[in-house]
Amino acid sequence: MSSNSYDRALTVFSPDGHLFQVEYALEAVRKGTCAVGVVGEDCVVLGVEKKSVLKLQDPRTVRKIVMLDDHVCMAFAGLSADARVLVNKARVECQSHRLSLEDPVTIEYITSYIAGIQQKYTQSGGVRPFGISTLIIGFDVNDKKPRLYQTDPSGIYSAWKANAIGRSSKTVREFLEKNYKEGLSKEGSIKLAVKSLLEVVQTGAKNIEIAVMTCDSKKNLEIEEVEAIKFF
Amino acid sequence: MDSIVNKFKRSTSTWGDHNMLVNFDVTKEFSLPSFDIPPCHNPIEFLKHNTDEKSNAECRIKFKHGTTTLAFKFQGGIIVSVDSRATAGSVIVTQNIRKIIEINPYLLGTMAGGAADCTFWERELGRRCRLYELRNKERISVSAASKLLGNIVYSFKGMGLSMGTMVVGWDKTGPNIYYVDADGTRLKGDLFSVGSGSPFAYGVLDSAYDFDMSAHDAAELGRRAVYHAAHRDAASGGNIHVYHVKQSGWENLGFRDFDDLHWEYQDQPKPSIIGDVQPMMLNIQD
Repeated sequence: MSSNSYDRALTVFSPDGHLFQVEYALEAVRKGTCAVGVVGEDCVVLGVEKKSVLKLQDPRTVRKIVMLDDHVCMAFAGLSADARVLVNKARVECQSHRLSLEDPVTIEYITSYIAGIQQKYTQSGGVRPFGISTLIIGFDVNDKKPRLYQTDPSGIYSAWKANAIGRSSKTVREFLEKNYKEGLSKEGSIKLAVKSLLEVVQTGAKNIEIAVMTCDSKKNLEIEEVEAIKFF
Repeated sequence: MDSIVNKFKRSTSTWGDHNMLVNFDVTKEFSLPSFDIPPCHNPIEFLKHNTDEKSNAECRIKFKHGTTTLAFKFQGGIIVSVDSRATAGSVIVTQNIRKIIEINPYLLGTMAGGAADCTFWERELGRRCRLYELRNKERISVSAASKLLGNIVYSFKGMGLSMGTMVVGWDKTGPNIYYVDADGTRLKGDLFSVGSGSPFAYGVLDSAYDFDMSAHDAAELGRRAVYHAAHRDAASGGNIHVYHVKQSGWENLGFRDFDDLHWEYQDQPKPSIIGDVQPMMLNIQD
């Protein structure tokens, strides 16, 4: 399917309209650890599969869920170094927006900004696309509606009720499609996120990290709390 | 003569395109309009020397903020009231200028200072606000709009812009009034008056202002305040325009000619400022 002469350079379309570098970037994303997001009635939950931490590594420095501002949170799948660069740019933009417009960013705005950067890197010479997809969650200021957005290396973004990215994301997404209900409570959405992650992750709270955001707070669940989640 | 003209035509500035029509660049379209800066060693010093009266009493170009504009909040929204006289020195150029610009159906801007500076930059603000709306699918807040204008004029600080404006509107947080001027000052407030007639307007406003006024009374107070300012200030007059800003947007309450108002008020009994307040008893020896 891939014509070898068309996949070296980013800025070259193949005869059947593919940008192969962007598609290979999506492949890199599929190799990353799984992340899942679920929107509830008044909260939104992010769950990530934790990469197995090596014995001498400090687990606190290997974080896959990051805050972009007080009210925006992000998880990613793919190349962590690329994610770091994007997160730094997004954090600066959040503050710059607060300065010039006297208002915190809306979730859509910052998603559009991140997606815009990812798109820029698919249309320049001498650069490669970012090898990450992101899940961005949060609440707009003075708004009770929880939001979940996803971006990918091509620069596309869209809003979701529940989504998964990374390893085995297709399986997880199918599980979510089968089990998602509108208006989930906080416990319901946490349960759904954990259950969907367990489809692809080995059982055990050690391997899962959960973050819950409500319109006035964001909390990382401790390991004990994750273990305490009762199923069925 | 030609050589002098050619000297100034050549672009030696570093501020952007010299000739906007020749190099039409979409990305530049969305950025600040750029202007020729005097091609000298220190353009800001040069402009300040020639336009800023405070630093140089013999400056060549003197801007007078000959106008009265005011805006205040009350329970029914915001009343904005302005005069309509434009002066150049001691000559009345016109009695009929519009000093309120309708940026969009819920945002107004008033103008005091240099007429060209105000009209141009407030129209530029209108363009930016519209772009914001299109990009973000929601209206711009009054705070953000005034910040945009404030940042624009601040980037030209010291170069002789003359502008004292109020950005007024109703957004998600309610009614808002922001005062923005060419020094880069940006203040949020409930009651402002700008221009050479503002001291007179403040006097009338402060003595009769009540937050719980009806819309009719508030409009009349705004009208009266500008009338008194126009009566005593030589640089204010013409027609008195009043706008009312509500949650559904602004409403133009029309304008009254200053002279007609003058005779109308002469016939009416004077409104009481002291009212029921008991005057202090003074020990005056008769």
